[in-house]
Parts: sequence; C-alpha cells; structure tokens
Amino acid sequence: MLKIDHVFANAGEKEILKGLSLEVKPGEVHAIMGPNGAGKSTLGNLLAGMPYVEPQGGSVEYMGQDLLSLEPEERAAVGVFLAFQYPVEIPGVNNMYFLRTALNAQRKYRGEEPMDSAQFLRMVKQKIKDMNMRDDLLKRPVNVGFSGGEKKRNEVFQMGVLEPKLAILDETDSGLDIDALKIVADGVNQLRSPDRSFIIITHYQRLLDYIEPDFVHVLADGKIVKSGDKNLALELEEQGYGWLNN
Amino acid sequence: MKPEVASIQVEITMNEDSLEEKAEENKVVKDRAKQTYKEGFSTDIEAFTIPPGLDEDTIRLISSKKDEPQWLLDYRLDAFRKWQSMDTPEWAKLNIPEIDFQAISYYSSPNATNENAPKSLDEVDPKLIETYDKLGVPLHERERLAGVAVDVVFDSVSVGTTFKAELKKVGVIFSSFSEAVQDHPELVQKYLGTVVPAGDNYFAALNAAVFSDGSFVYIPKGVRCPMELSTYFRINAINTGQFERTLIIAEDGAYVSYLEGCTAPMRDENQLHAAVVELVAKDDAKIKYSTVQNWYPGDEDGKGGIYNFVTKRGNCLGKNSKISWTQVETGSAITWKYPSCILRGDNSSGEFYSVALTNNHQQADTGTKMIHLGKNTKSTVISKGISVGKSQNAYRGLVRVAKKADHARNFTQCDSLLIGKACAAHTFPYTESANMTAKLEHEATTSKISEDQLNYCLQRGITEEDAISLIVDGFCKEVFKELPMEFAVEAKALLDISLEGAIG
Repeated sequence: MLKIDHVFANAGEKEILKGLSLEVKPGEVHAIMGPNGAGKSTLGNLLAGMPYVEPQGGSVEYMGQDLLSLEPEERAAVGVFLAFQYPVEIPGVNNMYFLRTALNAQRKYRGEEPMDSAQFLRMVKQKIKDMNMRDDLLKRPVNVGFSGGEKKRNEVFQMGVLEPKLAILDETDSGLDIDALKIVADGVNQLRSPDRSFIIITHYQRLLDYIEPDFVHVLADGKIVKSGDKNLALELEEQGYGWLNN
Repeated sequence: MKPEVASIQVEITMNEDSLEEKAEENKVVKDRAKQTYKEGFSTDIEAFTIPPGLDEDTIRLISSKKDEPQWLLDYRLDAFRKWQSMDTPEWAKLNIPEIDFQAISYYSSPNATNENAPKSLDEVDPKLIETYDKLGVPLHERERLAGVAVDVVFDSVSVGTTFKAELKKVGVIFSSFSEAVQDHPELVQKYLGTVVPAGDNYFAALNAAVFSDGSFVYIPKGVRCPMELSTYFRINAINTGQFERTLIIAEDGAYVSYLEGCTAPMRDENQLHAAVVELVAKDDAKIKYSTVQNWYPGDEDGKGGIYNFVTKRGNCLGKNSKISWTQVETGSAITWKYPSCILRGDNSSGEFYSVALTNNHQQADTGTKMIHLGKNTKSTVISKGISVGKSQNAYRGLVRVAKKADHARNFTQCDSLLIGKACAAHTFPYTESANMTAKLEHEATTSKISEDQLNYCLQRGITEEDAISLIVDGFCKEVFKELPMEFAVEAKALLDISLEGAIG
C-alpha cells in the first residue's frame, strides 16, 4: 500500500528526513515513536503534501502511484488522511457542512456521485453514534471553541466519515486525558479493517495500550533506527530515548 | 455643567504580507485571473435620452417629463442651488477621479411616450421583459417567486410593479416614485426630504435636484405587509447617470421587509449612480431593508465600473420602532455609502449588517451612523469587509449618543478579511457620547485566510478555490443569516463569483 524509499525532506531550510524508508501493507498499524525533533510530524506532513515540507529525494509509492506528484487535495481524494496535531478553527462554517463539502469534493475527484444532504445526515448521525461522540459536534463551527480533547475527537470523527485508506495520526494522543484517549482509541479501533492502514505518530506508549500496533518504529535524526513489535514500545517507555545517543 | 464628551478616532490599517510566496504562483490565479460579470450585457432598445448637461433647464425638463406639481419642481431647484454651492466630499478613504457633471445625461427612458401612466405589465416592451428574464427577475406575476412583489427601474423610469392590486387590498401602497407623486402627492410632500434633507450632502443634493425614479412604499397603521417588496435597479443607457429616490413609510405597528438589487452593463466608461433612500418608522413599526449591490465593478485593470454614491437613512421616529439595514456590496468601482439610523423614539433600535467585498481595483468606503437621541435606544453594527486583489476596503462608522439619550447602548463589531498581498483594509470607528449612562462596545478584528486554514481544507480534499469560498462564507455568516432566504442564496453565489481570481 505504501512504500517510502530513502526519502529526504526539508522543513523550511532545515533538513529533517534523511533517507527514511518504511513499508506499510494493507490493514497494518505502524506506530512511529521517537524523541522531539526527530522528524515524526515532518513525515506525516510530507505524506499529506503539506507545503511547508519539501521532498528532496527518494520516492513514495502509494497504491501504485507516485504520491509525491499529487496535490494535497488529490492525496486526500485517493485516501490519505492526516489527523493534525493542531487542528485549525474555521469560524462560521459548521462541521457538518465542512465534512459534506470535503466528502463530495473527494467523491467528485473519484468520479462518484455527490451525496445529498439527507443521505449525508443519516450517515453522519450513525457514525457519531457508533463512535460514542456527542452530536452537537456536527452543528458547531469547525474546531471553534473546542477543547483540546474535542479537537482531537473531531479529527477522528472526520476520519470516520471520510473513510481513508491510509490514516496518519500526528500525536493525536497529546494533551488528552484518559477518557478522551479511550474515545479516540475506540474510534480508531472501529475503523481498523483489512484494507485500511494506520501510521500512528506518538510520543508515549500509553496510546498503544488501547490501539495495538503491528509494528513499532523508532525515528531518530530523520531515519528509522529500530523496528520491532509492540514490545519495543514498552522497552522505550522503560528506557527512554537516551540510549540512542550511545 | 458641560456634559462629558468622549470621542475616539482610530485608524487601523492593515496589509500584511504573510500569505506565502507559493500562493502567488498558485494555479488558481493563473487560470482564473478574470472575473465574470454575467449581468454585463446591454439591451438594445429605443430610448428617449436627454442630451448631457446639467442646469436649471435640465431640472425643469425632468420635472415636466414627469408632469410634476410646482412644489416638487421648487424642491428640486432649491436642492440644485444648494448643490452648486457645495464641494465633492474628500474625507473618504477613496480616490475619486473628477466627475464631469456636464458630460452626463440625467434622464433616459426606454419608451419615449407616457412616462407617468401607470403601466400594466402587459404593455411592457418585450425587450425589457426579456432583459429582466435574463437577469433572473421575471416580471410576470405567475412566474415570480411567491411572496415577493417587485418594482423594476430601468435607467430613469420604473417599467412595472407586480402584485400591486393584491397589496392594495390590505392598504399597502407599493409603486414607482413617479406614480406616487401623481397618486399620493400629500404623502410624498409630507415625508420627502424629512430624513435626508435636500442639502444634506453633495450627492444627496444632486439626487434631490435630478432624481428620476425609484420606489414608494406606504404601510398603513397595524398592517404587516403580506409579502416581501423589492426593487430591481438596472442601468442600461450609455453615459447616463441613475438617480433613484426611494421612500418607505411604516405607520404605527406596521411591518415591511424590502429588498433591492442592482446591475449594469460592462462598459469602459464609468457611470454615476447617486441614490437617496429615506425610511420612516413610527411607533412600534419595523422596517427591514436589504440590499444586494452588484453594479458593474470595472474590469481587472480598474477600467470602467459604476461610481456608487448613496445616502440611505432611516428615522426611527416612534417609540419602540426598529430599522434594520442589511447590505451585501460586491459591485461598483467606487462605493460611498453609510446606511444610518436616527434613533429618535424612546426604546427604538437600529441595526446595520454589512458584507462588503472588493476585488481588483475596487474601492469601498462604507459603514453606518447610529444617532441615539431617545432614551433606551439600542443599536447593533456588524460589518464584514473582505479585500481581494489590489482593492481598498474601509469601514467608517459613527455612533453618537445625545445628551438626553439615557441608557443608550451600542454594540459594534467590524471584522476585516484580507486575501492576498496588494489589498488593504481600513477601519474608522468614531464614537461621541454626551451621556454618561451610555454603554458602547466596539470590537474589531483583521485577519487573513491563513495557510493553516487552507492546508486543513486541502487535506480534507477541498480544492483551494472552494476552500476560500467556504472560509469567506463562514466569515460572513452573521450577516447572511439576516437576509431573506432567496437573497442569502443569491448573495453567497455573488460572493463566489466576485472571489474568482482571488489568490489561494
């Protein structure tokens, strides 16, 4: 599904990713851990095509396509979703209208019929129920006045509605209390399926108590320096990242 | 003891360069640099147009074409003399080229005959019917949106008014201004110039001298007007100015919602539009006045477009009366317009909701005046300015509380949104309070569509252009919700068109 091969990338003037490689197969959940400044968020932003990250070399193949050649909105339409670390506010635009615009833009790109408002309403009402979230989320303007936890929940809800093939969660667990963490994790677990893959960028192991990863990678200084199964996360929790310097 | 006077005069000017360079290279700019103005066609129709030039004879000619009573001619001539002694106002944040008033024709009528006869819609020239069909304003009642009566003004004359008979049943008078002069001279004489005096300002004086047509509305005591009333103004003739005059009177306990729309052909020459609108609301009366202004804005190089100098004022004469102005201004090369409320009656309230969008080389200096004279008077001002391209967009507002206006309250919020690097937004809020019990609040924000907002939308699959439209729509929401439904839809569509070519 995703094959990242020796990718180099800059954020601003600074070289952040330095020959990173990673392969993700359908249905797999990969956790990316690592110290601050290692390039974890840059990796997510690179895959989503955010303009502040510039690829400098290497290749990213996504479902047989050259991902880096696609515009950000095209990547979204082919199923790449990024749950932002800092979701932005859009005053005056309610969440439901925003999501319907997004969904129909993606459908249009894929040559599918737009979803009418009645169909859409039925669908989101069901999703919000399934994901144990409150339906006032739908009527409120996008992220405006949301608490940190609500913003992160909203990201996971949007993911549920847009049904991506590759979901990247950029420190979605940061700033969440344990209840919010459970709701977010629960939302992600519901979305796990044999044809949907996840890249979970996180600082802490505790999210992985609720979302069980197939693989755990340590990203340091722009490269994956160690990979393993979920036990690696537990080791990291115990030892910290200090050993990387030795 | 002298009352304490608090006065604030602030200028906030912003033009920040923070949209990324990348936005400049954006493909949206390259592909869609031109904005489309679908109302830009002209109608080839036989017209009676008086030669350009302005003197007392011009005014006598207009008055005689309309078969007006002597008092009205005297009113015009008095206004003309006042105008001659006045100077073009220069205080606005506008660069107004000198206007040659002798080069303009002050009267043009699509039919040489019978300007004043009340026209049946069946007699209207088919070419005009076709023009309005093309503009989406069908004149046949059966095709009209249910619940909206319309008066259509083509250059200097009203060509027809729908639903007149139905309105008459409940005592509502809705006609062209010229007809009202003939049919209800006592009402016109009683109220004309009472809210905007003939010598009020340069452009109002010019209008009082040469006004040609517009709408007249009278809602009797206790009547809630059963449908929305509207006027569609169209400039067609070349080198002609449009000087419309509208007068709306709501007696005790009456209610009316009135809408106006306006368009003009695309021409390289600038054309002048100088209108006056007067509203009078008596005890417990409510008038809701909505405008969607879409005069031709000029091309992307700033060539052509309408100069729009408008004086709109409402007098909340009675107790508990209310006047609400809502405007969506997307057109005109220059807009100079300050719909205002005089809150004379105790407990009366005034509202001003505005969206003004400028693109390319457009200039707008618009806002409101809220004059609190009565006790417990209340005013609300919500202004949303959107600047795109190389345009200049200014909010100018005055809130004045008189000595006797105990417990007056005002809330003002003006927000500016900048799209691109070459445009500017300015805010000039003035407050003057002579009463210590007044409560005045002012909030102002200036923002840009941020890269983060755009990126967020892009990541969800929304294209750059749709993202801008979505963000702007959200920004204007508080104003759009004040518009009647069908107008809100039109206003949103209009903003989308006006935003075309905006950088991403």
